[in-house]
Amino acid sequence: MAVLEKLRKRGAGPAGTRDRCVADLVAALGAERVHNDGAARLLASTDASIFEGGVAGPVCFPDSTAQVQACVRIASAHHRPVVARGAGSGLTGAAAPLGEPVVVATTRMNRILEVDGANRVAWVQPGVINLDLSNHLSPMGLHFAPDPSSQPVCTIGGNVANNSGGPHCLALGVTSAHVLAIEVVLSDGRVVMLGGLDAEPSGYDLRGAFVGGEGMLGIATRVAVRLTPNPAAVRTLLLSFSDVESAAATVGAIIAAGLVPAALEMMDQQCVEAVEDFCHAGYPRDAAAVLLVEVDGMPGGVEAQAAKVEEIGRGHGAGIRVAADEQERQLLWKGRKSAFGAIARIKPDYYLHDTVVPRGRLVEVLQRIYEIVDRHGLLVLNVFHAGDGNLHPIIAYDSREEGMSEKVREAGREIISVSMEVGGVLSGEHGIGVEKRDFMPLMFSNTDLDHQARLKSAFDPVCMMNPGKVLPSPHSCADISELSRASGDVWG
Amino acid sequence: MRRDPCSDPVLAAFAAEIGPSGPVTIKGGGTHWSVGGGPDPTARVVAAPEGIVKFQPSETTVEVRAGTKVTELHEVLAEHGQRTSLPEDPGSTVGGALALGWSGPARLGRGLTRDAVLQIRYVGSAGELVTAGGPTVKNVSGFDVCRLMIGSLGTLGCIADMILRTRPIPELEVWHSVFGIDPADVLQSCATAGSILWDGSCTWIMNAGYGVDVEHDLAVLAEISAKAGADRPAPADPPKLPPHRWSRRPSEALAMGPEDGSFVAEIGVGMVHVDHPVSPPPPDEGSVLVQRRVKQAFDPDSRFNPGRRVGGM
Ligand SMILES: Cc1cc2nc3c(=O)[nH]c(=O)nc-3n(C[C@H](O)[C@H](O)[C@H](O)COP(=O)(O)OP(=O)(O)OC[C@H]3O[C@@H](n4cnc5c(N)ncnc54)[C@H](O)[C@@H]3O)c2cc1C
Repeated sequence: MAVLEKLRKRGAGPAGTRDRCVADLVAALGAERVHNDGAARLLASTDASIFEGGVAGPVCFPDSTAQVQACVRIASAHHRPVVARGAGSGLTGAAAPLGEPVVVATTRMNRILEVDGANRVAWVQPGVINLDLSNHLSPMGLHFAPDPSSQPVCTIGGNVANNSGGPHCLALGVTSAHVLAIEVVLSDGRVVMLGGLDAEPSGYDLRGAFVGGEGMLGIATRVAVRLTPNPAAVRTLLLSFSDVESAAATVGAIIAAGLVPAALEMMDQQCVEAVEDFCHAGYPRDAAAVLLVEVDGMPGGVEAQAAKVEEIGRGHGAGIRVAADEQERQLLWKGRKSAFGAIARIKPDYYLHDTVVPRGRLVEVLQRIYEIVDRHGLLVLNVFHAGDGNLHPIIAYDSREEGMSEKVREAGREIISVSMEVGGVLSGEHGIGVEKRDFMPLMFSNTDLDHQARLKSAFDPVCMMNPGKVLPSPHSCADISELSRASGDVWG
Repeated sequence: MRRDPCSDPVLAAFAAEIGPSGPVTIKGGGTHWSVGGGPDPTARVVAAPEGIVKFQPSETTVEVRAGTKVTELHEVLAEHGQRTSLPEDPGSTVGGALALGWSGPARLGRGLTRDAVLQIRYVGSAGELVTAGGPTVKNVSGFDVCRLMIGSLGTLGCIADMILRTRPIPELEVWHSVFGIDPADVLQSCATAGSILWDGSCTWIMNAGYGVDVEHDLAVLAEISAKAGADRPAPADPPKLPPHRWSRRPSEALAMGPEDGSFVAEIGVGMVHVDHPVSPPPPDEGSVLVQRRVKQAFDPDSRFNPGRRVGGM
C-alpha cells in the first residue's frame, strides 16, 4: 500500500491489468517479463540522482531485440512513451521516467554474444555490466577501456547512452571512442544498424550521434565495443600536498611536460579523511590534497614517465609514495573507488556534481566551490578526474533537515554557474538528463539547441523516446512539453 | 559563459557570405574534391576563414579556422611538441579533413580524426551560426551534433572553425621496412607500432613512443625477421598509397592476396588502399532512412553541396 501511495503522490494514474497497454505487453512478452506492481514501478521511477519527479508505467524485461521491438510498437499503439533503463545508476535523472511511460529494462539482455580477439571487438547485449565484460576479457589480455566508478553495476547500454567516462579515459577517451557499431530499435519499431566493424563505415556517423543520446534516440539492443590490450607495465603513484594549489599546479605541469598518464585523479582533504575512515588505504590524512597518478605502457616508457611525474611532484613539494606491487596498487585504487561508499557513512544523502573546467582554472574554481558551500553551511568532498579538468564536488547532507535540500540545490546551481563562467561545460561524463536540462541555455544558444533538436527528430520524429530530457522547453518536442511541465520543478 | 559566435567578425562575415539561400559548396584545399561526386556547377563556391585563433598547449586544445592548412597548423603545434590526429595530406585544410572524416595511415598510433574534435562552429542552412560540442577536453553536454558534421562532406552545414584536442608528439618515430614477414606478428608483438602497412610482400612499420620502447621493439622486429628468414628491417620511407580506399575489417586486410590487385593494407585497422575503385557494401536500409532524415532536418532545401552524396544515400 505504501508504495502505491508513494507513486500516487508523484502523480501516477491508476494502473492494473485492465490497462490495455499492459495486457498487450503481457500477451507479447509473457507475464513474467512485464511487472506492473507498485514496487516494480517505484523501483524504476528513480535513478541514482536526487531527482524525484519520475513515475514509471509498466516495467518490461525483454530478452531479445524482437521483444524490445514489441515493447516499442505496443507502447506506440497506446500513445505511451518509452524509457530504456540499464542499472539505474545514472546521476542526472536521465532514466527517471516522465509521464508513466513503458519502461524497457535491459536487465535480462546481459549476454556477451561474441568476442573476436583478432579484430579486437566484442558484441554484447546492452544489459551486460561494464565490469563483467572486462573480467570476461581479462584472460585474453584485453579490456573495455571506459571504467566509470559505478563499473560494478552500470551497463554497457547506459555507458553508450551517457557516453560515460572513468579514470582511465584520460589517455584512451570516453565511451564514444570505444563503440564501433550499435543495433538500435527506433521509435517506429524498426531495427537499424549504426556504424560498422570495417575501418571507416560510410555515411553520416549515426553511431557517434547515438552515443550520448541519453535514451532519447532509440534503444540499443546490441553493441560492438572496441577491445583494448592490457598494458605490459603499470606504475601507480600517490602524491600528497600541503595545499590544493600545488596539487593543481602539478596536474598542469604533468600535462605541459607532454605526459599523458593513464589516470590522473585528485582528492581533497575532506575526501581523504572520509576514505581513510572507511577503508584505510594508507592516504596521508594531513595532506590538503592527493593526486593518484597512473602511468602505463611498455616498461621503459613507464619508468621514464614515472620518473618525470616524481620529478614534477617533488618540484611542487609533494610527498610521494609509489605502489611497490599489485597489492599496494589495488589498495591505492581502493581508496579512490570507495569514495562514494565512504561518503555514505558521513551523511545519508549526497549530490554529486560533474562539470569540466579548463585545467588552468582548477584552483580558482575549487576555491570558489569551497566558498559557496561554506556560505550555505554545507559539507563538500572533492574527488575527481583532474587530468581533464572534470570536477566532481560531492555535497554530503541529510535531506531530513529542514531546508537542507533547497540549500544543496542552490549551491549546485552556483557551482554550475562558476564552472560556466571560466569557460567550462555542463557535464564531463554524467550527461544532462533532467538535472541540467534547464541549464542548457548557459552553454548553447537557441539556434544551437534547435540544431540538437533536429538531431533528435531525425532519430525519433514522434518524440516517444525518453521525453522531457536534455533539451529545455521549447526545444523539446511540442507534444511532450506538457509532460515535462507535469513533472514540476526539475529539481524535485 | 557561452560565447556568441556572431560577435566574432570573421565568423559573422563568413555566415553573411553563405547567406540564407541558394546552392553553396564549400571548398577547402580541393585535394579530395571528387569524393562523393563533384558538386553541382551552379553552386556558389565559398572558402572558410583561415588562421589559428587560440592554441593552449597546457590545455591540449587548439581553436582553428576551418580554412587553415593541416600542415600549417601542425607546424605551430610542433613548436610545443604537440599535434592532432588529422592526416597531413599536403594542401588539405582542417575543415576539409573533418568534412571528409578520413583518418590517416598512422591512425593505429595517433587515433582517429573524428576523436580529435571537441567543438565545431558551422553555418546552417538559414545562414545561422551554430556551435556544437564544447571547448574542454571532456564534454557530454547535450546531443553530439559534431559527430554528424564529421564525414558529412559539407552536406549539412559549412564548417567555419573548430576546437581540436592536441596530443604530444612521441619522443621517437621511425619507419622501417622488411620483406617476407607476417605483419600480424608485428601487430601482436610491437606495442609501439603506430602504423603497419603491408603490400602482400613488404611490411612498413612506424614505431613511435619513448626512445627505450622503440629501441626494444626494433630488436623484437629484428627477431621476427630473423625467424622468418628475412633480411634485417631497414630504415625506409612509408610507401606511396594507391588511390582508392577499401574499408574492411582488420582480419580481412590481413587476408588480402595477389588476386586483389596491387594494394597497401593498414594492418590492425582494416583500411586497404587499392588501385581500382571498390564499391562499398549496400548500407543498412534503416540507417539510410535516418540519414535522409538527418539531411532533411539540417538542410531542408538541399542547398549545401548539391550533387555530392554521402555514403549510401
Ligand atoms: C557511485 C556512482 C559513481 C559513478 N561514477 C561514474 C563515473 O566515474 N563516470 C561516469 O561517466 N559515470 C559515473 N556514474 C554515472 C552512471 O553510472 C553512468 O552514467 C552509467 O553509464 C549509467 O549506466 P546505467 O546502466 O546505470 O544506466 P541508467 O542509469 O539505467 O540509464 C542512463 C541513461 O541511459 C539510457 N539507457 C540505458 N540503457 C539503454 C539502452 N539499451 N539504449 C538506449 N538508452 C539506454 C537511459 O534511458 C538513461 O537515459 C556514477 C554513478 C554512481 C551512482
